[in-house]
Amino acid sequence: MLELENVSWGAPGGDQVLRDVSLKVERGRITVLTGPNGSGKTTLAKLIAGLEKPSGGRVLLDGEDITGLGVAQRAQAGVSFAFQQPVRFKGFTVKRMLDLAAGRPLSNRGACGLLSQVGLCGREYVDRQMDGSLSGGEMKRVEIATVLARQSKLAIFDEPEAGIDLWSFESLTDTFCRLRGCGDRALLIISHQKRILEIADWLVVLSEGHIARQGTPREVLPELVKSSGRCESCAKQEAVFS
Amino acid sequence: MKSATQKLLELVSGWKGSFTGAYSIRENGRCAQIQSTGHIQITPKKDLPGLDIHISSQCQGETLLIPACVTEDGLDDLAYNDFYVEAGAQATIVAGCGVHTGDGEGARHSGVHRFFLGPHAQVKYLEKHVGAGGKAGRSIDPVTVIELQEGARLEMDTAQLGGIDKARRETKAVLGPGSRLSVKERLLTQGAEEAQSRFQVQLDGVGSGVDVVSRSVASGHSRQAYRSQITGNAPCTGHSACDAIVSGRGRVEALPALAANHPDAALIHEAAIGKIAGEQIVKLCTFGLTEQEAEEEIIRGFLS
Repeated sequence: MLELENVSWGAPGGDQVLRDVSLKVERGRITVLTGPNGSGKTTLAKLIAGLEKPSGGRVLLDGEDITGLGVAQRAQAGVSFAFQQPVRFKGFTVKRMLDLAAGRPLSNRGACGLLSQVGLCGREYVDRQMDGSLSGGEMKRVEIATVLARQSKLAIFDEPEAGIDLWSFESLTDTFCRLRGCGDRALLIISHQKRILEIADWLVVLSEGHIARQGTPREVLPELVKSSGRCESCAKQEAVFS
Repeated sequence: MKSATQKLLELVSGWKGSFTGAYSIRENGRCAQIQSTGHIQITPKKDLPGLDIHISSQCQGETLLIPACVTEDGLDDLAYNDFYVEAGAQATIVAGCGVHTGDGEGARHSGVHRFFLGPHAQVKYLEKHVGAGGKAGRSIDPVTVIELQEGARLEMDTAQLGGIDKARRETKAVLGPGSRLSVKERLLTQGAEEAQSRFQVQLDGVGSGVDVVSRSVASGHSRQAYRSQITGNAPCTGHSACDAIVSGRGRVEALPALAANHPDAALIHEAAIGKIAGEQIVKLCTFGLTEQEAEEEIIRGFLS
């Protein structure tokens, strides 16, 4: 599905954020990208979605080189991206946002179905404005729903858990598992959340701009928790990294 | 009725070949069609061009349509329409004007609409201004004057979405005790168009409140000026917000003013002017839209 070949990226200030990252994201699997803050996870996701251009290496989607494609072209090629910090739009209703994401006007039932997958009652939310009247958590859920609306072959979620309450979180992980069950889609999730790490089929640990470790959760998780270096009380928290 | 008039009517008031209920259609300075109902009486003024409209207390939810269209080059149309709304009446008034010109002399429509709402009357006032046609200039100068008695409510939704070369829009209101005024203005100027929008609201009654929200987009080389003056003369609440997007070489000037003449007058103004946020464009591009399509969608949503 998606393949990164020796991808590098340097910040405009000169810092090398990603170095020679090679990675495969397979369809029918949940690939979770994790690592400490500042390790380059979001940058990597942006490179895949076309928001940044790599300084070296190639990005391939279904064998086709998409390195030179812009954001819209990659979206048309089948990449969708849920931002870590969703953008607010004055004058847009939630329904309009979902219609734009889907590329067609959705029925109210269709929109409600998408919203229920992220723990929002569609009837209450379809006409809500995508402005400051929605909380951060509500915005985050709508953001995830826009990616679900796109039904793309590769869906990237950047820290989807942020702002999601425990009850909705359960439904969110169910949704990810259901998408995996479709078989023809690939999910790439950036997360620190242990529960999301546990549903991964493939876990990739990014550290200081390169892949430090990758494998199944059974192979990677025990060592990851041990090496996170948290004190006893912090270890009770769910997050693997601070 | 000319076909150009019918097209304009469709745009400003949803004309589909006929109207029902109470209505008056003004075409090129003359009354083309007029119909009163039992609860809404429309009478042409004797001394001035325009109408006197009386809405009785028995009117509960009826709609009145009073569009005006100018389709002749060189015409300078002026109409004075007065609305007298009795206590407790509830009505929707759909107004607005369309100006269509050829390539000759410019045309103008000025409508002075005065609303006198009795105690606890409720009016929804929808007003749309549309311009289309050739090179000749199109101007509108709408004036809205509002007087609200105790407990009355007026909700005004006004839009001017391109095609008007020059506009001077003016809204003045005086609010009595417990009355509420809500105004939503949407304004789009393109090319070399110019628009001025001025609001003057006087909160005289205890517990009165006003909310003025103006959203505008100035594109091309167009210019806009927004002025608002809210004066609180009693315990009252006032809020105005001017939110503008500039694109190309468009210019927007916003001058909000608040005056509290009573210690319990709570008045707020918000103003924001700027170009479309880059992150909004990027977000819509992740849906597969080009940058231009994304900008168009953002503007369409902003002005909806």
